[in-house]
This record gives sequence, C-alpha cells and structure tokens, in this order.
Amino acid sequence: MNYFELFALPTTFEVNASELKAKYLELQRTIHPDNFANASERERLMAVHKAAQINDAFDTLKSHDKRAEYLLSLAGIELAHETKTLRDPMFLMQQMELRELLEDIPQASDPEQALSDFQQQVEQAITQFKLNFSRQFAENSADTLQQAADDVRKLKFMLKLSKEAEALEEQIYTY
Amino acid sequence: MAYSEKLLDHYENPRNVGSFDKNDPQIATGMVGAPACGDVMKLQLKINDAGVIEDAKFKTYGCGSAIASSSLVTEWVKGKTLDQAGEISNRDIADELALPPVKIHCSILAEDAIKAAIDDYKAK
Repeated sequence: MNYFELFALPTTFEVNASELKAKYLELQRTIHPDNFANASERERLMAVHKAAQINDAFDTLKSHDKRAEYLLSLAGIELAHETKTLRDPMFLMQQMELRELLEDIPQASDPEQALSDFQQQVEQAITQFKLNFSRQFAENSADTLQQAADDVRKLKFMLKLSKEAEALEEQIYTY
Repeated sequence: MAYSEKLLDHYENPRNVGSFDKNDPQIATGMVGAPACGDVMKLQLKINDAGVIEDAKFKTYGCGSAIASSSLVTEWVKGKTLDQAGEISNRDIADELALPPVKIHCSILAEDAIKAAIDDYKAK
C-alpha cells in the first residue's frame, strides 16, 4: 500500500491540506495506545509499526518537494539520493544571480523591501515549477516524467533559496 | 566530523575566486548544480591559443566542501591542456581533500564543472 492509498487519497500531486490533516488524525486515532491496552504484544508492536508508517506518510505527503519525489519514485524515477549534477546553464545562471542578489540585500538602502521583492520572485518560481510538475506528471509519458523530474530538481534549488531568505528575514528583523 | 587541513585551508583561503567575461572567446564557462543540496558552482577557464589553461576562476554557493573542491580544481587545471584537465576525476579531488563520504557529491560537482567548461569551449 503506498502513502496515498494509506490515506485514501488519489495518487496525484494536488493534495488538499485540510483533508490530508483530517485523514492523518483519523488514522492516528485507530492506532492510539488506549485501543491496545488489552491487546497482545504482537498487536501492540504492529500498532507501533503502523504509527511510524502513518507519520512517514504524513511527513512525505504534506511537503511539496517530498510528495513530488515520492510520486516520481512510484513511477520508477529515484531522485532522493541522486548525485547527478544539473547542467542547465540558463537556470544555473539565474540561480547564481539570485544568490548574488540575496547576498546584497543586507546592504540595500531598504533591506526589508529588497527581501520582500526577492521572496516574491522566488515564490513565483516555486509556484511555476509546481504547476509544471503537476501537468507533466499527470501526462505520464516517458518524456514528460523526465521533464517532471527536472522540475523537482529545480524546485529544490528554489526551496533552498526560499529557506535562506527566511533565515535572512529573521536576521533583519532581529536588529 | 574532522575535516582535513587541506580542506580547511581551501575553505578559509579559497584560491582564484571571481569571474571572467563569459563572452570573451578565450573564456570557457562551466555551470553546474547539485539538486540534492542546492549548491551551485561556476568554473571559468582562460585558454590560450595552444589549448593550455592559463588561468581559472570560480564562484561557488554551497558548503565548505564544495568551495574547497572548486578552489582546489582552479589550482590543478592551471598549466594543463583541456584533455589533461578533463582527466581530473572526483576521486582525485576527494582523496586530496580527504572528503568524508557524505561530501563526495561536492567533488563530483567540481569534476562536472571542468567537463561543462570544456564542453562550453568546444561549443564556442
């Protein structure tokens, strides 16, 4: 049973966050230790194992990049531990520029505005890669699955930038 | 984790940081990225008419091992022909810096940066 099936959700990238959360709580209730007070050792162990599986599934399904990677792995494409490098010069040039931009934000005349503009740009890119992934994954041909995998790789670069921007935000507002 | 002295030296005093004009016909630019960690590396080689690498510069956004790997590579490629530079393997880089296993991908990134730069030069 894959994670989507475990949560009785369709195996697609689009996941309704509140539905996911509701299913999670529902599943958790079924394996609550109180229900196993009089159960055998074996049943208790199975419940513990099930709880771990439910937590792993929830963790994977609620995160956009982990969910996308998981969908690809179900389709036979493993991204999780790949060491293959990305060689898209246009995209990487843009990454370099965004990183230089981020680096210069603390010295900007209005760092808060500069950071907010930066975050907006990164969020737009993240939205775009998620849309691309969703469309290409749904098409489900050998070609579009490879493109979908590239979308996830690029999405991960953008998510890293987003995290670093968040860290910078904390710094700026602490002063 | 204990890092080697060579690695720390390259990380603390990176050699040849910077950029050349990528539109200069003598300059080869290799851009690579590691999706797993989000590191980005730019390696530029200045190649003379005899096909020998005269100078090299890099710019890397990433962890200490990625910075050290690219710094080391800029030193190694100088004076080499493109073919010789293309023979530098991630194994050589990882051995020289004594990279821990979880950081091997940083040396792969540096090797691929050389290859990307060579491809860029050939395309020019």
